[in-house]
Amino acid sequence: MSKRITLAHGSGGKAMRDLIEDIFVSIFNNDQLSLMEDQARFELADLVAKGDRLALTTDSYVIDPLFIPGGDIGKLAVSGTVNDLAVCGAKPLYLTCGMIIEEGLPIDDLRRIVASMQATAKASGVRIVTGDTKVVHRGAADKLFINTSGVGVIPQHINIAANRAQSGDKIIVNGYIGDHGAAVVDARGEFALENSIETDCQPLNDLIETMLAVCPDIHCMRDATRGGIATVLNEFAQESKVGIHMSESAIPMRDEVRGMCEILGLDPLYLANEGKLLAVVPAKYADLLLETMKTHSAGINSSIIGEVTTTPVARVILSTKFGGKRIVDMLFSEQLPRIC
Amino acid sequence: MKYLDEFRDSEKAQTLTKAIEQIAKKLEPKLTRPLQLMEFCGGHTHTIFRYGIEQMLPDNIEMVHGPGCPVCVLPRGRVDVGVNLAERPEVIFTTFGDAMRVPGSRKSLLQAKAEGADIRMIYSPIDALNLARQNPEREVIFFGLGFETTMPSTALTVLQAEREGITNFSLFCNHVTTAPTIKAVLDSPDMRLDGFLAPGHVAMVIGERPFDFIVKDYAKPLVITGFEPLDILHSLWMLLQQFESNRCEVENQYSRIVSPDGNTPGLEAMNKVFENRDFFELRGLGSIDHSGACIKESYAAYDVERKFAVPNMQIADPKSCQCGEVVTGVIKPWDCKIFGSKCNPENPVGALMVSSEGACAAYYNNGYREAKVA
Repeated sequence: MSKRITLAHGSGGKAMRDLIEDIFVSIFNNDQLSLMEDQARFELADLVAKGDRLALTTDSYVIDPLFIPGGDIGKLAVSGTVNDLAVCGAKPLYLTCGMIIEEGLPIDDLRRIVASMQATAKASGVRIVTGDTKVVHRGAADKLFINTSGVGVIPQHINIAANRAQSGDKIIVNGYIGDHGAAVVDARGEFALENSIETDCQPLNDLIETMLAVCPDIHCMRDATRGGIATVLNEFAQESKVGIHMSESAIPMRDEVRGMCEILGLDPLYLANEGKLLAVVPAKYADLLLETMKTHSAGINSSIIGEVTTTPVARVILSTKFGGKRIVDMLFSEQLPRIC
Repeated sequence: MKYLDEFRDSEKAQTLTKAIEQIAKKLEPKLTRPLQLMEFCGGHTHTIFRYGIEQMLPDNIEMVHGPGCPVCVLPRGRVDVGVNLAERPEVIFTTFGDAMRVPGSRKSLLQAKAEGADIRMIYSPIDALNLARQNPEREVIFFGLGFETTMPSTALTVLQAEREGITNFSLFCNHVTTAPTIKAVLDSPDMRLDGFLAPGHVAMVIGERPFDFIVKDYAKPLVITGFEPLDILHSLWMLLQQFESNRCEVENQYSRIVSPDGNTPGLEAMNKVFENRDFFELRGLGSIDHSGACIKESYAAYDVERKFAVPNMQIADPKSCQCGEVVTGVIKPWDCKIFGSKCNPENPVGALMVSSEGACAAYYNNGYREAKVA
């Protein structure tokens, strides 16, 4: 096989079939995919045995660069979609993998990324069962774009929704915020740092299963990706028509991330995460949930960061370490570093 | 984190806010309206909002957020010139991030970039020089912005280009100068300001003396201020003490960084490369005499305005824009007829909504849409 992806690999002929078998089928390695049908098929009875609702989600991954400290586009593509399913309480089961590859991508990079997808899939207990491969001319895509859709089943009695936050509820985050956003800035090499910051990219479904075992009635839960924790909390406040009060001193953050934000003038509340969730839970379960999360590898630095109030409606307020209060609003556009 | 956490200590903040309350109470009988204190610099505005400082102050002290945000005061005409330059195929146009969002009369640099112009965000003018070295067949233009804070690095980059004999690098100079801008604010009719928190990093470069005219000619006390929240509270306390003891002086709260004579190597580089313009337009304030920096004749080879025939485009803000009144303390952002409606961060009409440090953007982004906030 040639060292780089060419247009032939996307043309539907032998080159493409060889690529699919050599890389995707062999690495993803499951019965469904090995059949090489145009679709994956599932017994409905198997699904119904696991719950009473299907959860379906999709996400596309276009990160640049493809490889960042602590992860790559493949790990992201699987974790992100697994997490989108898991945060509604669903057990993630199957993923699709649609790839748009720019002509010229080194095949070794593709192999590495697909291996990373499989490792992440295995760790989260999901299977990648169907996919698609397209190759476009040089310049028509940025190296590699991946789309993953995911399907899961929601067990009975689980009801997690953004409009369920109630006054008195506590808000928990499962660890350090801003790692992913900071890692991407660092990886782009525009800003030479002494310590490399790693992405926090990880699947959260196992942590969430542990949480639900202790507190089946989690009210709201979302993973805090682009837009950071500030965006998710604003979404909860708006959908539930409640106020949210956060305490700055309770929000876990690494010193390196804090330092980068200070220098560039970025607000860590809006930085992307890829392995962080926010859960709004009844107050009486908060402490037990926190202790449980801290014993899980994906929740070691969990913290109760705030609570839900009746007013001000649809607003998120931060009590600063300094002693003042500020309103944390939705971001209007991309954060850009400040000049002076 | 050194030099940060000590200046964010909440216990010291409580001590200072209590002291401020005490002096404010003593001053109350003398006042016919709340004291209006201006922090000139966008960086100070940012700190005040980030730490919720205004809510920690007594009711008879109001902060007026000044025009010291070089992005906010960038006139539309200059943005249009920048966009025209960036759209030339041979040009790599380099700029600081925040400036990319400023709307011109047709589009912003961000929109021009989306349409294919080679516009790159950089963190320092040296990055632009590196690009010039790496791309000898292209003309690399640096969009030089900022008050005196950023002028030394721009000047030093021009000097470096000269030393290396780099000819495909030029500067689109939109640096503005602080003293004439403050003077323009003080000269505006209906101006209702009682004192100033002066920009600490500008002072780091230019020293204390350029601020003397404010206390001598306008009798407004002034404190050169640092950027951490304790710096701001400390400066406010110092300013109030001046009012209490009927003093009117330039004081330096930011003495850990600012020396009375400023930064000599920085000033030397600036004086080598730059001179004052006869006038320069500042958005929201109009044309200001002897303000703004341009490149001296001896460095004409690095001046975009001489290298390319750059027209002087003056494009007025819409009549509905009331930035001038906000910036001089006459009205608050929410008093402006188009605040939040026609003029908002997604579609900024005036200077003060454009950058996140402009007064109106700061208010809007922090949720203060109307006068009463829960």
